[in-house]
Amino acid sequence: MPLLLRQIAAPDVPMEADNITPDRLTGQGAADVERLALMHGSESRSIGDFFSATGSYDGIIDLQGDDLKRVKFIGAGMSRGTIRVEGDVGEHLGAGMGGGEILVNGNATDWVGPEMSGGRIEIHGNAGHLTGSAYRGASVGMTGGEIMVHGNVRNETGNAMRGGLIAIGGNSGDFTGVNMLSGSIFVLGELGIRTGAGMKRGSIISMKDAPLLPTFSYSCTYRPGYMTLYLLHLSRVFAIAEEYLQGSYKRYCGDSVELNRGEILLYAG
Amino acid sequence: MTECIQLAGGKVYDPANGIDGEVRDLYVEQGCMVETPSSSPRTIDVSGMVVMPGGVDIHCHIAGPKVNLARKLQPEDHRRDPHPGTEHTRSGAGGTVPSTFATGYRYATLGYTTAMEAAVTPIGARHTIEELHDTPVIDKGFYVLLGNNIFLQQLIRDGRKEEFRQAVAWWVNATKAYTTKLVNPGGDEPWKGKKNSNVKDIDEKSDFIPVSPRQVIDAFVDTVNELGLPHPPHIHCNNLGHSGNFQTTLETMKTAGDRRAHLAHIQFHSYAGELGKNPKSASREIAEYVNDHPNITCDVGQVMFGKSTIMTADAPLAYMLRGFKKGKWVNADTECESGCGIVPFSYQEHIYVHALQWAIGLELFLLSKDPWRIVLSTDHPNGGSFMSYPKLIRLLMDREFRREEIKRVNQKAINSTILNELEREYTLNEIAIITRAGPARALNLSNKGHLGPGADADITIYDEMADKEAMFNAPRYVIKSGALIIEDHEFRRDYYGKLLHTEPGYDESIVAEVRPFFENYYSIEFPNYAVDDSYLHDHEVIATV
Repeated sequence: MPLLLRQIAAPDVPMEADNITPDRLTGQGAADVERLALMHGSESRSIGDFFSATGSYDGIIDLQGDDLKRVKFIGAGMSRGTIRVEGDVGEHLGAGMGGGEILVNGNATDWVGPEMSGGRIEIHGNAGHLTGSAYRGASVGMTGGEIMVHGNVRNETGNAMRGGLIAIGGNSGDFTGVNMLSGSIFVLGELGIRTGAGMKRGSIISMKDAPLLPTFSYSCTYRPGYMTLYLLHLSRVFAIAEEYLQGSYKRYCGDSVELNRGEILLYAG
Repeated sequence: MTECIQLAGGKVYDPANGIDGEVRDLYVEQGCMVETPSSSPRTIDVSGMVVMPGGVDIHCHIAGPKVNLARKLQPEDHRRDPHPGTEHTRSGAGGTVPSTFATGYRYATLGYTTAMEAAVTPIGARHTIEELHDTPVIDKGFYVLLGNNIFLQQLIRDGRKEEFRQAVAWWVNATKAYTTKLVNPGGDEPWKGKKNSNVKDIDEKSDFIPVSPRQVIDAFVDTVNELGLPHPPHIHCNNLGHSGNFQTTLETMKTAGDRRAHLAHIQFHSYAGELGKNPKSASREIAEYVNDHPNITCDVGQVMFGKSTIMTADAPLAYMLRGFKKGKWVNADTECESGCGIVPFSYQEHIYVHALQWAIGLELFLLSKDPWRIVLSTDHPNGGSFMSYPKLIRLLMDREFRREEIKRVNQKAINSTILNELEREYTLNEIAIITRAGPARALNLSNKGHLGPGADADITIYDEMADKEAMFNAPRYVIKSGALIIEDHEFRRDYYGKLLHTEPGYDESIVAEVRPFFENYYSIEFPNYAVDDSYLHDHEVIATV
């Protein structure tokens, strides 16, 4: 039986709940879990003040509530197990996680999976800015694992990303893959402007045409071998049209203000 | 509130008073060391422990605009090293450039109770004093950068010696500084004005103001000694980091003649070899000169492997270094009086130059014959954080550990030095000199660096351990001005130390000379420039000598 954490009180101010991870809750009974600390604003409170715990952890944590939007750092640093969330979640979901899985049946906001190195995050709604990105000042962001967002995301998705996969079912905002070092970003919908600004290596793929920076230059239209492989992988989660699997892609290389070894692939039919 | 304390049965290392590991009792009353207390003291049993005066850092970068720039540039450095508060102390952030609170507390946890910020532009003095005020536990002061000051260089050019002397004294007063600092004297201004221009030779006159670095150094050594500032000019020589720069360093010391001078982070200035090629060690030449000239004091500026932050008023140097890593960096132009560059950096064992720098620093320590004139420093955070001092102490005290560490670094670099042949191990007494008594003497802080009657009761008590790194990493007790700050490794109370500064006399008429220059060239009004006395909180004026 999974551990169920049901929200019983809405926070007055945002909370930091980095204790809600499989790593911290393994082997804890419901009562022990309720005693664990979380930060409510600047005050240290316990999980039990806001959540009722039932069951015990068997690899899955179920998190349910009407106001989880102000609960930050859920699953931060987790290395195994599964967190299933019903509802919208707060910032820094799965920050720095190295393994395991977070499934959100709702929306996420900014900072989904920043600097994550492994594991998987799947959001059934939308996400905010800086999905899978580096924290401010850091030169390296996400280094591994995968983030899948069914809806839209906002700006700076995959900022300074160095590895792993980000797939967006809807549209992305501006600066997708800014300062990217390597890794792959798929946007099945529309890209915003300034995609790949400052990228050194890595691939950004979109199924729609997009305005690109003048520092990206067209190289060819072709059918990349890896595309089928990736799209088949994505088709387990997203509806991937048959023509994307068979189609050709326009390849642009850039960013020429950097190494010029990155690529943006736009579906060409 | 300070207590009356008896420290009973500790092994006392107080080299300034000739006490080398003798077991004796010490008494603290009213914040000072006393022979016998007038009231009955609280006795702390420190038998089996090592008692030393509080550490004195003669050269570090811990406050002011450039330090803040480095903090702002590296949020990631802070985020990865939070410094939680305790019941008594405030929280902060660490990394190579900690926040003010973390800086003070972390110095205290190493047993340091005094630290000198080594480079502050006059225009940054107010900011620096505000930050130092928020730096807990330690007493502190700063050196004011005057070596690239256009107004002063014009006075040197015109041979107006008397006005120069008055102006320097005015500036030291106006900024509440401890002494003057020269950084790449004469080189920053041309660099700011014209691409890639810098002076490369101590006798080269820049085409900006026809004054050579030697003239600037000579003028400052002369003036500061005449004014009797407690600490002589603190000199960061020209050509820092360049192969073959030891000649410049020797010439700088020769320019001082037999007058007092302090050479900052001398390791960075002890390189042989050809300009533009890999450096070699010139530690022997430098150590020999320092050994033979009792007027010279220096601090080493040891490089420690790992993350550091290059933070310097030597803007051309920062510009050069920014090209190696191609990461983020900052350059700041500071009105008419200095330059500034910040480059996040990392010293790595396998890189020839880094390993050589590390080895040269250790050679300088081990070749020095007079521990009183060579001070332990890493030029924090340039060569590494001050938090690496305990490891550095272990490298000096423990030959076997040093050998193991030598094996881990670039062997080509090691083989070009004599580090492997140096058998010397520092004693606890010598460590007490290079970290406490020596710097206090070089700074003319007569109440610091010793435990004789009348001295400030700044005391560190360590558990004696075979592993000197562990020992110096965690003193059991730290007493600051008679207050028990750390007891059993835990903070027991908060404390804010004082600002140490000096007030050399000067003739008011110099103000009329300086003022028009400000009105013509500065972005702030002259009356807003000098730091008002209201910025002084707890402070002590150190007398001229």
